[in-house]
Amino acid sequence: MNLTLVTDHDTDQAVRAASPLAVRGMTVSYGQTPAIFSVDMTLRTGAMTAIVGPNGAGKSTLLKAALGVITPLAGLVTVFGGAMADMRDRIAYVPQRTSVDWDFPVRVIDVVMMGMYRRLGLLGRIRGRHRALARDCLDRVGMTHFAHRQIGQLSGGQQQRVFLARALAQQADIYVLDEPFAGVDAATEKAIVAVLQGLRDAGKTVLAVHHDLATVPDYFDDVVLLNTQVVAAGPVADTFTEENLNAAYGGRLTTARADPESVAG
Amino acid sequence: MGAEFVALSLPPMVIGVLVAIACALPGNFLLLRRQALIGDAISHVVLPGIVVAFLLTGLVATGPMLLGAAGAAVIAVVAIEAVRRLGRIESGAAMGVIFTAMFAGGVLLLEQSDTSNVHLDVEHALYGNLESLIWLDATGWASLLDPVALAGLPVELSRMVLALIVIALFLWLFWRPLALSTFDEDFARGLGIRTGPLGLALVIMSAIAAVAAFDAVGSIIVIAMFICPPAAARMMTNRLGHQVAWSCLFAALAAVLGYVLAGYGPLWIGAGASVSAAGMIATVSGIILGVAAVAGPHRTRNS
Amino acid sequence: MLADALLLQLGYNATLVAIGAGLLGVASGVAGTFLFLRKRALVSDAISHATLPGVGLAFVVMVAMGGEGRSLFGLLLGAGVSAAIGLLCVHWLTRRTRLGEDAAIGAVLSVFFGFGVVMLTVIQTMNAGRQAGLEGFLLGSTAGMLRSDAILLAVSAAAVLALVLILRRPLALAAFDPGYAEATGWSLPRIDLAMMGIVLVVTVVGLKVVGLILIVALLIVPAVTARFWTERADHVVIIAGVVGGLSGYVGAAVSATAPALPTGPIVVLVGFGIFLFSLLFSPRRGVLASVLTHLRYQRRVHVRQGLLALAQGQPIYEALTQRLLTRAGLILPDGVPTAEGQAAASKALLDETRWAIVRGDQAYALAATRYDGLTPIETVLTPDQLFEIDAKISAPEVVA
Ligand SMILES: Nc1ncnc2c1ncn2[C@@H]1O[C@H](COP(=O)(O)OP(=O)(O)OP(=O)(O)O)[C@@H](O)[C@H]1O
Ligand SMILES: [Mg+2]
Repeated sequence: MNLTLVTDHDTDQAVRAASPLAVRGMTVSYGQTPAIFSVDMTLRTGAMTAIVGPNGAGKSTLLKAALGVITPLAGLVTVFGGAMADMRDRIAYVPQRTSVDWDFPVRVIDVVMMGMYRRLGLLGRIRGRHRALARDCLDRVGMTHFAHRQIGQLSGGQQQRVFLARALAQQADIYVLDEPFAGVDAATEKAIVAVLQGLRDAGKTVLAVHHDLATVPDYFDDVVLLNTQVVAAGPVADTFTEENLNAAYGGRLTTARADPESVAG
Repeated sequence: MGAEFVALSLPPMVIGVLVAIACALPGNFLLLRRQALIGDAISHVVLPGIVVAFLLTGLVATGPMLLGAAGAAVIAVVAIEAVRRLGRIESGAAMGVIFTAMFAGGVLLLEQSDTSNVHLDVEHALYGNLESLIWLDATGWASLLDPVALAGLPVELSRMVLALIVIALFLWLFWRPLALSTFDEDFARGLGIRTGPLGLALVIMSAIAAVAAFDAVGSIIVIAMFICPPAAARMMTNRLGHQVAWSCLFAALAAVLGYVLAGYGPLWIGAGASVSAAGMIATVSGIILGVAAVAGPHRTRNS
Repeated sequence: MLADALLLQLGYNATLVAIGAGLLGVASGVAGTFLFLRKRALVSDAISHATLPGVGLAFVVMVAMGGEGRSLFGLLLGAGVSAAIGLLCVHWLTRRTRLGEDAAIGAVLSVFFGFGVVMLTVIQTMNAGRQAGLEGFLLGSTAGMLRSDAILLAVSAAAVLALVLILRRPLALAAFDPGYAEATGWSLPRIDLAMMGIVLVVTVVGLKVVGLILIVALLIVPAVTARFWTERADHVVIIAGVVGGLSGYVGAAVSATAPALPTGPIVVLVGFGIFLFSLLFSPRRGVLASVLTHLRYQRRVHVRQGLLALAQGQPIYEALTQRLLTRAGLILPDGVPTAEGQAAASKALLDETRWAIVRGDQAYALAATRYDGLTPIETVLTPDQLFEIDAKISAPEVVA
């Protein structure tokens, strides 16, 4: 994460070329008020970055616009210095659970296979190695036993794990996750974090929307505090301060958290 | 018996089966996308399309009419989408506004223009005339191998075969993106799938089915086959591929049973003439759906 | 001729029909609004198609009982019964199976309609059935209506309208604020049932006028049209009633002027005309207004972002931003800000800095909701408040 002000095109180009995912001047609006306004964000290779902010801050919007899921009003995205369209294979995405049709007739193992659709193409045969990879990804999130269930018949936490497995099957360099810990129990959360940290340690880049402020310093290296605009961004140690948090949450945080002192620790 | 069956019953029955499957195939995805009623809307706007084509060209030829109908279907879909987005109107209501207006326009044009000497009227558009699609050159089962006799098959048959091939090819080719964008649209877009054009293509495939089928069987069967077989199939299985297979089976069953019941049912109960085959096929598909809704192994959300 | 028709000069029957259609239009506009606001507009399509088997069966029964089979009342009664069964089927499929309401609607409408067509072909083979004229129920036909039927139509339309007006309170409550309705002791399922009952009655009465294929338009179009003109719920109801009444009345009157003008399509097209006008030109939600507003908004965002970038000495990434700034005389073609541009840029930055403080401070929570990245802060806060805020800006930013 990098918040030094860059003052000229060339330096910025160099910064963006070195970053797995860089966003500049991103504004998205659903109506006449912006959901995010003029957001800049630069990820660091091999780091886990959290996006933190109150409900409606535009976290999901930022992810979707960065991945081209929605069209922004203004803004520029680069992936490893290149255009998003050429780099899609290098990005894995776990959307917020609400975007999914849980009643769809599909089994868990088929959901994981969906992570390979780009590589398989329209008609590519599914071979033994693809199935093995899908099973392996399910295994990594501890869901092997559920491979043949219909996706809607899992609990929320189990569904979240399956979606993580699908992202793993994408074998990407950047993993973008929208609230991967929403509605999961402590044990599942630990399991997911372990998988994500494993990815990071293998040199991959992880970007996740996260709601539990208490665990940010444990799980993440960098943090982006978002409230329509970027309030602060950088390494957790410098950025995740009470002052910044108050700015991001509009001073409402004292009621939300019992012990504000422990945050930056 | 054989000769009569091959000449009079086989062609309508086969055409009925082709129509049913051609509509049920895209119907599966429409159902899963909660767009089941798009089929309803499309089959209503086929009429104005055909009338306009007739008024422009002055002939009752297949080519212009199919084009007119397909054009009307595309216009309707685009208009529904425009009303939904621009007016921020819920899609059901947007549909209701557009297809009724276009249908009303078609009826009015039809009444205003002189079409008395051509076979073009509202009732025909609704019920079609499946029973009339007979094969006069057939003299028995052997005619199926006789090139001269085969050339006399109703044109509707080859048209339906063509439509079915196009639709089946489309689904085969775009199976993965279609499934993915229906299941998890955000993820699909994240993979770079252009879900908007893909959805439009699916609707155009449905329009092709509706338009090709319409002339032979009218719009009731079309609407029924878009919805009933896939809906019944959804309650039989929790896997997409199996659902599509079940829906084809149900569609074919409804077509054959419906045709037989319409043609011979009244005779069995001692009545004279036969009843509308199109109406009967729709009715049978409803009965199949009813059975699936009562006894299908996966009929409820948590089964 | 048209003027005569609109002024009710075409004879007693036509006058009755036109008035009846007008009343029916008001009733369906109002009832349709509740349906539309409950997001169940197309349920009415299932109801209307489900009337056909009832019409056919009623005819057969009446003939079997020795009658002529053409009693409008009897046919409409049959229509009502089978429509109610269709409605129950939709309800049952949605509640008891995994099918969505759209699939249930489509299934019911196509199957009932198909069965109705089977009935019609049965009737055509009956001796009495040759001139039954049941096809008139498909598209509506008021030409050559019997005096007694015209009276039946006008009276029942008036009765439906009265029913809608009596029940408007609970209906409105359920449509606009279901939570509140439940909390104050209303039973939502019951209100919904009442709403469906009214829609059913409107449909049945409208069968002879508009026809079963198009009656759904009379329920949906007025409500959708009204939505373009107001955000207030009670006004939607009134406007929808007016639009519905107008389409019904004008449609029936126009259709009475010539034989080749079937009532149903004319009524629908009149309504659609009003809808189209609203869609394009409504000042709030109309297409024209939306497109203009969006373009203006996009330009404002780009200019603002460009100014902020200038103020912070950052590069401007997008060509559109660059173009807009140049055109406004804020930067020169080579990207260097003009004096005017510099002033605007520092103003924008000051604005943003002040906003940042406002949005980070619980004391200004209300003002913070006005933030949209564009609104100048002095339009939201008093000078005193601004002074307070400026005091918190530790080192005021300076533009390079
Ligand atoms: N499809 C949409 N149409 C209109 N407004 C939307 C849409 N999606 C989001 N918004 C609005 O944009 C703003 C940002 O939404 P977003 O979903 O990005 O927030 P978020 O930070 O992800 O919130 P949460 O923590 O609840 O997930 C909100 O005010 C929301 O109401
Ligand atoms: Mg979110």
